[in-house]
Amino acid sequence: MPKLTIDGKEIEVAPGTNLIEAARALDIEVPHYCYHPGLSVAGQCRLCMVDIEKAPRPTIACNTVATDGMVVWTQTERVLETRKSIMEFHLINHPLDCPVCDQAGECWLQIYYMKHGLYDPRMVDEKVHKPKAVPLGPHVILDAERCILCSRCVRFCDEVTATGELGIFDRGDRSEIGLFPGRELDNKYSGNVVDICPVGALTDRDFRFQVRVWYLDAAKSICPGCARGCNIEVHVNRRRPHHAQGRRVARLKPRFNAAVNKWWICDDGRYGFGFVDDGSRLRSPLQREGGQQLPVAWDEAIAGVAGALTAHPPAETGVIASPKMANEDLFALRRVLDRRGVTQVGFAVRPRVPGDEDKLLIRADKNPNTRGAELIGLGGDTAAILAAARARRIRCLWIFGHDLLDAGWPEAETRAALGAVETLIWSGTNANATSALARWVLPSAAWVERDGTFTNFEGRVQRFRAAVDQLGEALPDWEILGRVLTALGEPTLAARAEHWFRELGRSVPAFAGMTYQSIGDTGQMVGATREAARA
Amino acid sequence: MTGERTLTRNFHRPDAHTLAAYRGTGGYTAWEKAQTMEPAAITEEVKKSNLRGLGGAGFPTGMKWSFIPKNHTGPVYLVINADEGEPGTFKDRYLLERDPHALIEGMLIAARAIRSAVGFVYIRGEYVEPWRRFSAAAREATDAGYLGRGFDVVVHRGAGAYICGEETGLISSLEGRKGWPKLKPPFPAIKGAFGAPTIVNNVETICHLPHIINRGAGWFASLGTKTQGGTRMYSVSGRVKRPGVYEASVAITLRQVIYDLAEGVTGNGRLKAVVPGGSSAAILRADEIDVTMDVDGLKNAGTMAGSAGVIVMDETVSIPEALMVVARFYAHESCGQCTPCRESTGWIYKITERIVEGRGRKEDLDTVLDVARRGAGTTICAFYDGAVGPYISYIEKFRDEFEALIPK
Repeated sequence: MPKLTIDGKEIEVAPGTNLIEAARALDIEVPHYCYHPGLSVAGQCRLCMVDIEKAPRPTIACNTVATDGMVVWTQTERVLETRKSIMEFHLINHPLDCPVCDQAGECWLQIYYMKHGLYDPRMVDEKVHKPKAVPLGPHVILDAERCILCSRCVRFCDEVTATGELGIFDRGDRSEIGLFPGRELDNKYSGNVVDICPVGALTDRDFRFQVRVWYLDAAKSICPGCARGCNIEVHVNRRRPHHAQGRRVARLKPRFNAAVNKWWICDDGRYGFGFVDDGSRLRSPLQREGGQQLPVAWDEAIAGVAGALTAHPPAETGVIASPKMANEDLFALRRVLDRRGVTQVGFAVRPRVPGDEDKLLIRADKNPNTRGAELIGLGGDTAAILAAARARRIRCLWIFGHDLLDAGWPEAETRAALGAVETLIWSGTNANATSALARWVLPSAAWVERDGTFTNFEGRVQRFRAAVDQLGEALPDWEILGRVLTALGEPTLAARAEHWFRELGRSVPAFAGMTYQSIGDTGQMVGATREAARA
Repeated sequence: MTGERTLTRNFHRPDAHTLAAYRGTGGYTAWEKAQTMEPAAITEEVKKSNLRGLGGAGFPTGMKWSFIPKNHTGPVYLVINADEGEPGTFKDRYLLERDPHALIEGMLIAARAIRSAVGFVYIRGEYVEPWRRFSAAAREATDAGYLGRGFDVVVHRGAGAYICGEETGLISSLEGRKGWPKLKPPFPAIKGAFGAPTIVNNVETICHLPHIINRGAGWFASLGTKTQGGTRMYSVSGRVKRPGVYEASVAITLRQVIYDLAEGVTGNGRLKAVVPGGSSAAILRADEIDVTMDVDGLKNAGTMAGSAGVIVMDETVSIPEALMVVARFYAHESCGQCTPCRESTGWIYKITERIVEGRGRKEDLDTVLDVARRGAGTTICAFYDGAVGPYISYIEKFRDEFEALIPK
């Protein structure tokens, strides 16, 4: 392992580490544009110059591999002067239109100008003009004048998605990013080019002009879109809600996790949060009276649901849980089932269309917590439950989240089953054709409105955190289930998702010893603590 | 005075480009001899000859060859840079047109030295006749059994970009990519064309090899200076009585090139300035021409031998206009990969144009000098340093002339 000295501090790094990463390990930031740890080294922006002892002039850090005994200085006078010059070069033809640029506030031209530029502008001539507001695909729009030609987006499409839509065309100061003829930037990961674009050249068609980024708050979260469990940040606009016309979630951004999604997320996940503020969101509990579902108070709904569970013998009760529910919810549900001795439970519903899958991130299973539902012991035969309902052996059915009328089963059979049930209870975030048939509808908080954990397909338990308030009277499923449990005569002290998780750890061996603290920001594998204890 | 001519000895013959004529004047005998030599012995001979690259950088050829990893298995490529694009340079064109077999014989020798089985000849796209002549010669050489028996030649035509004359830009282009120079390290000798160790040599450099093998390193070295052997071809253009290509020792002076080879200055007859090594070389004033034309001689004079494209300007030439033209060239040809070059070549062109049009500002000259000095040495390839040569030298040496155009 090479040991080198950077700014007088020694560090040992893995062979092959470049000087940007070696410096980063010492908390020394070497400014750069074109370098990205997830892409090949391009060495084009020329900003990451450092001084290496015995080298005649500053050298780019991105293309220099750390070697044993190397002595590196990142703050020499000539390095600082070079950075200043490179900043000036980057901005010669830049439009400097920050007031109307969506990137303002998270733009690396702004950040580095303040840190490393601060020169007096000398460019008085007409700047080079290039195409503006060019849609590249369904999600991304290009302003070629703001582009600094770092080629990150081109390399992303060449190396990560291997789709090759983008190139750099023309040359000299007329160079510009563009699509190859006949192509569109419509790969399944296209939104990532916006994240890795260090400037305002590539912006997000969904997000742009919604809100200034300095009004955003962020919460660490997990994408609920499939079994991968990509780590994300939920950016919300709480400070200027009137800007967003009722849209509370501004955008989702990938959050680095070396073991799960690295720097990326797919477009389905990135743009899949629309349901959170959709008009179909359920804002209060509903009770069917005749042909209509009317709002009722929570106490009434809880009493009604508990009453139904008590009135129907366990053998006549069935539950279809959801692999979109958090571990905490599923465990609270487990408690309710145990309390009543209900055994007819399942969670898997065959999708109407099989999910797509690829080698990068996307999993065919579009549920974030299938593994958790299995581990918590809810994996019964869902189709058998529906068959039993059709045969009137199940009289009370509680469905979580699913729209069974939009599943991979014949709709008529499902409709017959739901119609045959005496008490249909449905809980979830958004109304659908199935919820419309229910006697009791319980509004659930969406994942961005609450804390919880999902267990991904590999068995990694990962935390997501509340980013916005619960909508209307919606409650987290664990809270609803806790209230039902209390009404069934088993009062619970669990007042936070975390409390349920602790109980889960005490009861289900796979989660033994896990806490929110041990899971941290990057997750923890199920069974890890037990193995550690054994070893 | 100008000594013996070797590269151009057959140029006067109308049939010089044919195999018959080439063989008739001793062609391919060096290849016969080289086949009896160990590869390492060939490299050693070339090292001793003090042959230096004649495309522009002046790097010792034998040393370049020795950078090929010794224990390498797998392909090694020889690439001939025939993308002659340096303004003021037109020598390789004549070699391709008039003595293409010299290049083929030189390639055979070089390929044996570096153990290469395939050679690429990257010919500038605009060079149609040279391409035809060379391709015909390659067919003749194949029919005669020189090529196709352990060494093949692939001819590749460029598409009109100056940057593809830069050795790694050329490799990118050869590989089918945009002609962007590559990051070094790795150097081409380690990882070049298609990922294989690659030697890129200029046409003229390679054409010297048959003579070095036939007549010995000592003979070749004795033709030049202590640090550079042989003759080279001077492309002389501009305000001279006899513009053209001249072969002479690398040890002659710039004065000799202008007054003896090209027979003196035309226009008003009074020399004002001269660019000795292609447009990227720093300009010299009329009182600076008593320097030898070898790599080190011109380096010591603050300029460079480059491609030996000698551009002569008499007193009727406007230096600011000349700089504007040169600046336009570099702005047009910058590949756009590295920020300093991409952004400032266009800017500097705009400034020079403004000055020539009488809209200069008094701070312009210092701005250009400062920008050029700051950008020099910060890019992937030497293109920008080549642009900086004229930017700085034209202004420093003829500042009065620029200032006279700037409104007070």
